Amino acid sequence: MRLATTLLAAFTAASLAIGAACAADPDPKAWDAVTATAKGQTVYFNAWGGDTGINDYIAWAGGEVEKRYGVKVVHVKLTDTADAVSRVLAEKTAGTNEGGSVDLIWINGANFASMKGKGLLLGNAWAEALPSFKGTDADHNPSVRSDFTVPVEGQETPWGKAQLVFAYDTEKTKDVPKSIPALLAWAKANPGRFTYPLPPDFTGVTFLKQALLELAADKAPLNGPVDKADFAKVTAPLWAFLDELHPALWHQGKTFPANYPDMRHLLADNEVGVTFAFNPSDASAGIAKGELPKTVRTYVLDKGTIGNVHFVAVPFNAKAKAGAMVLANFLLSPEAQARKADPKVWGDPSVLAVGNLAAEDKARFDALELGIATLKPAELGAPVPEPHPSWVDALVKEWQKRYAGT
Amino acid sequence: MAGPLVLEQVRLTLGDHTLLTIDATVAPGEVLTVMGPSGSGKSSLLAFIAGFLDPAFAAEGRILLEGVDLTGLPAERRRIGLLFQDPMLFPHLSVAGNLLFGVPRDAPDRRARVAVALAQAGLEGLGTRDPATLSGGQKARVALMRLLLSEPCAVLLDEPFSKLDAALKGEVRSYVFDRLKERGLPGLLVTHDEADARAAGGPIVRI
Amino acid sequence: MSPWARLIPVFAVTTLAGPVIVGLLFVLLPAFGYLPALGGRSVTLDPWRQLLAEPGVWRGAVVSLAAGMVTGAVSLAITGLFLAGFHGGRAFEAMRRLVSPLLAVPHAAAALGLSLLIAPSGLFFRAMAAFGLGSDRPPDLLTVHDPWGLAMMAGLIVKEVPFLMLMSIAALPQIEAPIRLAVARTLGYRPVTAWLKTVAPVLYPLIRLPVLAVIAYSSSVVDVAVILGPTNPPPLSVAVLRWQSDPDLSARFLAAAGALLQLGITALALGLWLLAERLVANLSKQWMESGDRGRHDLWLRSVGGFGIALIAMSAIFSFLCLALWSLASSWRYPEPWPNPLTVSNWFQVLPSTIEPLISTLQIGAVSTALSFAIVVAALEHELRAGRPAGAWAMRLLYLPLVVPPVAFLFGLAVAAEVLGVTPSLLLVTLGHIMFVLPYVYLSLSEPYRRLDPRWSQIALTLGVAPWRAFLAVRLPLLLAPCLTAIAVGFAVSVGQYLVTQLLGAGRVATLTTEAVALASGGERRVIGVWALVQTVLPAVAFGLAIGIPRLVWRNRRAMLDTH
Repeated sequence: MRLATTLLAAFTAASLAIGAACAADPDPKAWDAVTATAKGQTVYFNAWGGDTGINDYIAWAGGEVEKRYGVKVVHVKLTDTADAVSRVLAEKTAGTNEGGSVDLIWINGANFASMKGKGLLLGNAWAEALPSFKGTDADHNPSVRSDFTVPVEGQETPWGKAQLVFAYDTEKTKDVPKSIPALLAWAKANPGRFTYPLPPDFTGVTFLKQALLELAADKAPLNGPVDKADFAKVTAPLWAFLDELHPALWHQGKTFPANYPDMRHLLADNEVGVTFAFNPSDASAGIAKGELPKTVRTYVLDKGTIGNVHFVAVPFNAKAKAGAMVLANFLLSPEAQARKADPKVWGDPSVLAVGNLAAEDKARFDALELGIATLKPAELGAPVPEPHPSWVDALVKEWQKRYAGT
Repeated sequence: MAGPLVLEQVRLTLGDHTLLTIDATVAPGEVLTVMGPSGSGKSSLLAFIAGFLDPAFAAEGRILLEGVDLTGLPAERRRIGLLFQDPMLFPHLSVAGNLLFGVPRDAPDRRARVAVALAQAGLEGLGTRDPATLSGGQKARVALMRLLLSEPCAVLLDEPFSKLDAALKGEVRSYVFDRLKERGLPGLLVTHDEADARAAGGPIVRI
Repeated sequence: MSPWARLIPVFAVTTLAGPVIVGLLFVLLPAFGYLPALGGRSVTLDPWRQLLAEPGVWRGAVVSLAAGMVTGAVSLAITGLFLAGFHGGRAFEAMRRLVSPLLAVPHAAAALGLSLLIAPSGLFFRAMAAFGLGSDRPPDLLTVHDPWGLAMMAGLIVKEVPFLMLMSIAALPQIEAPIRLAVARTLGYRPVTAWLKTVAPVLYPLIRLPVLAVIAYSSSVVDVAVILGPTNPPPLSVAVLRWQSDPDLSARFLAAAGALLQLGITALALGLWLLAERLVANLSKQWMESGDRGRHDLWLRSVGGFGIALIAMSAIFSFLCLALWSLASSWRYPEPWPNPLTVSNWFQVLPSTIEPLISTLQIGAVSTALSFAIVVAALEHELRAGRPAGAWAMRLLYLPLVVPPVAFLFGLAVAAEVLGVTPSLLLVTLGHIMFVLPYVYLSLSEPYRRLDPRWSQIALTLGVAPWRAFLAVRLPLLLAPCLTAIAVGFAVSVGQYLVTQLLGAGRVATLTTEAVALASGGERRVIGVWALVQTVLPAVAFGLAIGIPRLVWRNRRAMLDTH
């Protein structure tokens, strides 16, 4: 009898504890409760802050969310998303399981894989339960459920799409390379007129991946983890390509631009002939702001270019979980997505299935002027899928070993 | 109020070198003149009496004022006034402000006293003036009035007339000594000018 | 003396040395693998093996070392030659007034302006193109981010020369330069050579500590390195900062080892410099006794004048660059000026500057006020105890300026994490005090000590208590130097980057952290606005430091004359 009472007491205590822990996390299925909890919270949104247009958009979103839901948003401008990942990791190691300093994080690829793998993200598939998530039509758009081949499992909300496009000034440059080997020939013929951002910048790494995907003899190993592949054999053509390319680069490869906006400035000043960005509307946005001349146009490579989806995620120990969910939900709403896709603001393509939206929301997208330099979706072509995220670190390390400090 | 100023076996040393020794009593209304060449420690003697001797020096002996031993007493409690070569009127205060500064905090009629002092010194109406606009003689008089308003029991004079030109010197000298005698204050004058010593009219110590 | 007063030197020591020592301790242990909170429980050499295997570490370390020594040498040379050639002349005051405001400009703003000036698409080359010396393409010249850090050194020299000049001018009265010069000139020595042979050797020991601070700062600076320095590989300090925020926690040990390496590099730079001092002293003895009356006098004078002119021009045109970019809508190469000019950038960007501006003001005001209070207390204590601050006190003062911040601040951040102290505005403010206090002290100590002691003595003899003498006489007489010291301290706080980044864990945004973040990828128009806003604050502080005394003492001629 004593044993039974003790066991019952222990069981009750345990379930209360678990219940309490679960009760602490807001449940998006009870959305009104979430918005009620979120009111008055401050969300620290950790997002890359290197582009003023994006920063302005985030500021706008924060203002709207404050007006409508009473949630204050602070944009913590990161130079590298890894900074925020490391902070959450440090907090977990220090035992800070609640009240963490990061509430929402703009993330994808290797950073997501790292956080998911180390258990740093909020669970319970909260992302798929958000009201706005229906708009993505995930069942017919599986790309929003997979992040660089790693299953999302509802631990992050899709935010936007990216595809690598190349840009050039039609007035200053007449012929442009449409494949990686052609790029090498073009660079040699036009020395100092091409460059790429310094890895581990994400656009720079994307260039490496793009080149690897086109040059690799056997592409199958790239879909699996890097430690299961013969790294040296698979990447040999990439390093051979870069060894030949670097002397023909801008400033002979002695320095690299920091990120894609820096490259946009180089194009604006005619310091380079061809640049690229991960945002198909980046060139149009530049033209709209007066940075780039109206004669700039974009193109994709003949064999297609890399594309991916980027997300926002909530760390497991975020202080303002409800507020973060409210912000994530708003970012996914048709209104916010349409404004984001407007090249005058940011130009980042939407993850929503526009065809399925309500007529009024659909009209928002139809009314968008994508810009004279933006390729239509048909012209963009199907995106080449990203390799497994574990390749990123390996590529960066090998690149630094070979080309840092030369 | 006034009593004698006694320098009892005072000896100033710098390292192991004795600068000066003096043993003297100054009666009220009298001015003792200490004369000696530059660097003989005259100014240090005044500093010692006033209470801020440079720590580089060592001093022996006692200072008594009205029978009270001043050794160990901080400078602001010694009731000893000091007149320097320069009038040292505070440049950030007006003339009246300088004089007010000298009047003790708990005096009942501070501004009235200042007005009286201005009148006595022949400086009525100059209260609100910037001290930098006064003539040399006027400055010297304000400096002395400020000192007297603080109701000292003794006055030290560190070559106060040496920077005045010949014409002013005699005038200011007699003014200062007359006021001291009037109030019956013992004074100690340090100078290298024989004329100053004669005007002081008191005993002379040469070091 | 009250027992509280005795605590003041102890307090000053704790404020300056305490955090540095704690910080270094929390870097020393992880560098050898020991930090239980992060899983390192045994002492190993693994972090060092990792460090040596990192690509580009040696280049980065060499660049840092070179930056330290070259910046120190060139800044000292230009300062010395300018003083030698022009001191006391008409051009001197004009140049000094032109160059002194540079002291107020934060390092980051100056670097940003310079980057906009000398970049291949910068104002300089656009001007050349306008005069027909360029093409429709920016030249393929690696100016900004050059691999050996020359652009970075230039950005540092522009700021350090005014600093050394200020320190030298403050020290000159102590050595009776005019008399020495007069003696040498009557012996037939031409002016520059006379100055170099008779004044410079006596002046140098008085400015040795500031020179060492310049070398230490240049060898470990982060914000200027990010804006102007090489990128591939970056100088060591930048690499260490990056390792400190690597998501892979094991990189913390690498970062600690890197921080110690940085400490070693700075120590090496200082050590080499001190050796070089001896060498130069020996060599110059021969020169001094050679009887050479100045064969190269004109050349030396020209170098000094040219150096200062170049600095002044760089400063003016950098500022112009920032201003033009802030007013530009579309300004592509090779247009020499933006057309049309527009104010819309300012309207667009200013709202986002408000919050960082407020943070900057809060941190600056509090850290400067506290530093000022401590400094004044320490100086007053010095005065009353009759003992001037000894050589050890001066070395202590310079400790936060000589130990690379990237080293001990990282250690402090680790300590804060381990002790569970959350990053906050308060923590950042306390961190700022460490850097503001030495400059406030340096700025105020000379005027404070040189104030005629007779003022206080008079006040005391008039029966006024010492604290009233302090408040009613000493402080008002020192109003202008006090305001200047406060302005200097405030300017130092505004310009801080690393303290805010590390102790604020990236959550405290000040004008400087935002401006540096914009350096890579930020639109140049936005950079222009931010850099100018960043500069406005210290400029206002200095303006007040000059204007308030004029206003307060408008009816006190003597106060206006002496200050």
